[in-house]
Amino acid sequence: MLFLVPMLVTLFVVAAWPLMRTIWFSLTDASLDLISQAEWVGFRNYLEYVDYGDGEGEYFGLLVDQRWWRAVWNTVWFSVVSVSFETLFGLIIALVLHQKFLGRGIVRAAVLIPWAIPTIVSARMWGWMMHDQFGILNDMAERLGLISEPIAWTASPDTAMIAVLIVDIWKTTPFMALLILAGLQMVPDDIYEAAKLDGVPAFRTFRKVTLPLILPAILVAVVFRALDALRIFDIIYVLTPNTDATRTMSVFARENLFDFDQFAYGSAASTVLFLIIAVITIAFIMATRMDLEGKRS
Amino acid sequence: MKRTPLQNVGLYALVIVIVLQAVFPFYYAILTSLEDGQALFEVNYLPEQVNLANYRSMLTEGVFGRQILNSVFVATVVVLISLTLAVTASYALSRIRFRGRGLLLLTILSVSMFPQIAVLSGLFEVIRYFGLFNSLWALVFSYMIFTLPFTVWVLTAFMRNLPVEIEEAAIMDGASSLTIIRRVFLPLMWPAMVTTGLLAFIHAWNEFLFALTFLSTDSQRTVPVAIALISGRSEFEIPWGNIMAASVIVTLPLVMLVLVFQRKIVSGLTAGAVKG
Repeated sequence: MLFLVPMLVTLFVVAAWPLMRTIWFSLTDASLDLISQAEWVGFRNYLEYVDYGDGEGEYFGLLVDQRWWRAVWNTVWFSVVSVSFETLFGLIIALVLHQKFLGRGIVRAAVLIPWAIPTIVSARMWGWMMHDQFGILNDMAERLGLISEPIAWTASPDTAMIAVLIVDIWKTTPFMALLILAGLQMVPDDIYEAAKLDGVPAFRTFRKVTLPLILPAILVAVVFRALDALRIFDIIYVLTPNTDATRTMSVFARENLFDFDQFAYGSAASTVLFLIIAVITIAFIMATRMDLEGKRS
Repeated sequence: MKRTPLQNVGLYALVIVIVLQAVFPFYYAILTSLEDGQALFEVNYLPEQVNLANYRSMLTEGVFGRQILNSVFVATVVVLISLTLAVTASYALSRIRFRGRGLLLLTILSVSMFPQIAVLSGLFEVIRYFGLFNSLWALVFSYMIFTLPFTVWVLTAFMRNLPVEIEEAAIMDGASSLTIIRRVFLPLMWPAMVTTGLLAFIHAWNEFLFALTFLSTDSQRTVPVAIALISGRSEFEIPWGNIMAASVIVTLPLVMLVLVFQRKIVSGLTAGAVKG
């Protein structure tokens, strides 16, 4: 048991305790410079009804904050779209990599490159490629006749979210492809041979045999990615800062914590984000009844 | 399976598209980083000049060299500490039966799902309390939140699959638990440790939110924050050449690692997820 103590103490100090403090701060009036003098204010940061005394009143707090709900919407939209495309592209890449062809080893390594590039660097690289005047992306689109005038990808509110999505999908599809490929490799070859002997068309084999067998692997990958997508911060901070069009929950929380001197309010936002992710995680663990004791193996 | 010629053409076309999209942005970053002055603002698809001015200015002016060392220091120490803590912990988790072991593993795993932002304000307080604000140790300390659960999880799964007989022999000979870990397990564990160590290193090298929040002076920053904060006086003066040179410098070692350790990284990534 002594062996566990250092690890558990470390995890307590870096995870459990800070989380409890964050939740506590969200129920106080803490400010950045006066953290230690925070005082309990109840749920005021979340929701508070202020009665003006003449029969009228107004609600204040995170739960009626338009900017917050916009951030929630942005986050959910971003997560759904990015994870869907990553799953689709990941599946395609995995199926291709599962085939035998010349130079497969090199291709497999090349596919991993976007994953290895730091998120910040990817955001900057794409920021340059998406530059409205000198960007190569506009140049390509113009040469192909897709657009008649340059698009301000990151600056225009209409395309800012698309820009963020492109970078994220590009960067994380390899992860998805790898997990799905691992699932594909666990399908025994004789199943395909049996299907082939029976004269089942390739697409039907894929839909009726391969897909059901790799579905668990896909689901695990989707959940991992979704949890990751819900906390997105880096790409947006670098690529499209300060726009309502891409402000997500994490960006909103950090802004309030450290830029707007609304430490308690930012903590409330962090707490809500944590609760959302916690609910999804617990639901996922219960749904898959993960094999924790290693009994099945 | 045999393919028809048409299927072959289709497959190789797809392969080319996949490789191009994966490699092109990094290729273009290298190409841009080698251009200077006016050449930077003319779109070209093939290299037209090899000018190391951007690299020279990044590495000799300012504190970028220092920032690279900061990143190397943080990532290396994070790997060493989390491996040390995880090896001993995973020995207990895989070999000693006790009540609540499953729940404990579950808790550890769920920590790795924590959104970093949820602990940010609490960690900020802890780090100020220990006087670590603007110190690299603040990052070493806070990065444990994502490297430790992952390392423990993968190493526990790996150890569980090692046969019990090997250590029973050692116990018969009267070896203590610590000796068993050091003399019996470590030699067997190194493949798993290389994998998890690599992943922890990459994760620590790339981390942004904590590094942005817990460090406040330029000479203390790590490279992702440094690159994120390079800016010009106006939108038109952003030094794209310098940014691309810095990006290539910090990414090249990672790309090398990935190309060399491709198999190990893949097995580590999938062990973390598919084993569930």
